[in-house]
Amino acid sequence: MVVSRLDPESPELPPRRLGEEAVQRPQADPAKPLPADPSDEAELLQRVQSGDHQAFAELYSLQKRRIYSLCMRMVGNVAEAEDLTQETFLQLHRKISTFRGDSAFSTWLHRLAINAVLMQLRKKGLSLISMDEAMEPDPDSGSSRSFGAHDPALIGSIDRMALERAVSELPAGYRLVFILHDVEGYEHPEIAAMLDCSVGNCKSQLHKARLRLRAALRSDSPQESRR
Amino acid sequence: MTQNAEIMACEQFQARLPELLGSGKNLDTHPHLRHCPLCRALLADLETIAEAARQLFPVVEPPDDLWLQIESALQKEEASPERDPGSDA
Repeated sequence: MVVSRLDPESPELPPRRLGEEAVQRPQADPAKPLPADPSDEAELLQRVQSGDHQAFAELYSLQKRRIYSLCMRMVGNVAEAEDLTQETFLQLHRKISTFRGDSAFSTWLHRLAINAVLMQLRKKGLSLISMDEAMEPDPDSGSSRSFGAHDPALIGSIDRMALERAVSELPAGYRLVFILHDVEGYEHPEIAAMLDCSVGNCKSQLHKARLRLRAALRSDSPQESRR
Repeated sequence: MTQNAEIMACEQFQARLPELLGSGKNLDTHPHLRHCPLCRALLADLETIAEAARQLFPVVEPPDDLWLQIESALQKEEASPERDPGSDA
């Protein structure tokens, strides 16, 4: 299970598929740190579960950045991210009585948010994963033929802003799989279960997303511009 | 002819790449990569993107009035006995 890796505040993040460097997750607002002692969080959750409105407000204050940021990553739109953050906390309020502590609270809440995003995307008619589409070559991502000896490599030259922009311009289904795997750290079987698709399909979507990002970054690069 | 054979090999390798990458195996010793600089460069690019992804999207602050909206929605829900029946996590 990937309990700790889903928590941006977690100090321990396991190795990822490609590469071994430690992940430096952004930290929560130091003015409002998460309870250092797990018993503090448990106590807060107990108060929320007993219907303490003030405790729910405290919980919101502690978790709002993580959830809003996650929604922003997944939908790339401020208004939608606000709506989805609101929906996530409404779901949290409805379901907090069912939380038994079998997983970390942060993991549980993270999944609530992802489910809210997925439901929203499905309502909008997004076909997340199509087997046919996943297995077909992607004309927008380049191929072996287009990757010539004179093409610039990206190694060491990725600008974070350019990559974020390229991610935001990915088709929604590609972006979703890329964010869940490469940014949030979910494994393929977990993503496949969330999206109700095969693991192979999920791998293919991720690969196509990365190829599109590579094509976008190469077209952005100064070397490419000079050609 | 040799060039065509190399292109085919690249296409075959790249067709298998999603599965190879998803397996988590070390591809450095893959036979195709040993003699194909283009596919080595492609793989290096994909690794660079995946590693850069970890640094993306810093935590951002939601607008202050979002809590007021949530609070208002909670009050409406509490005033009404009906709950969303299809809202399982």
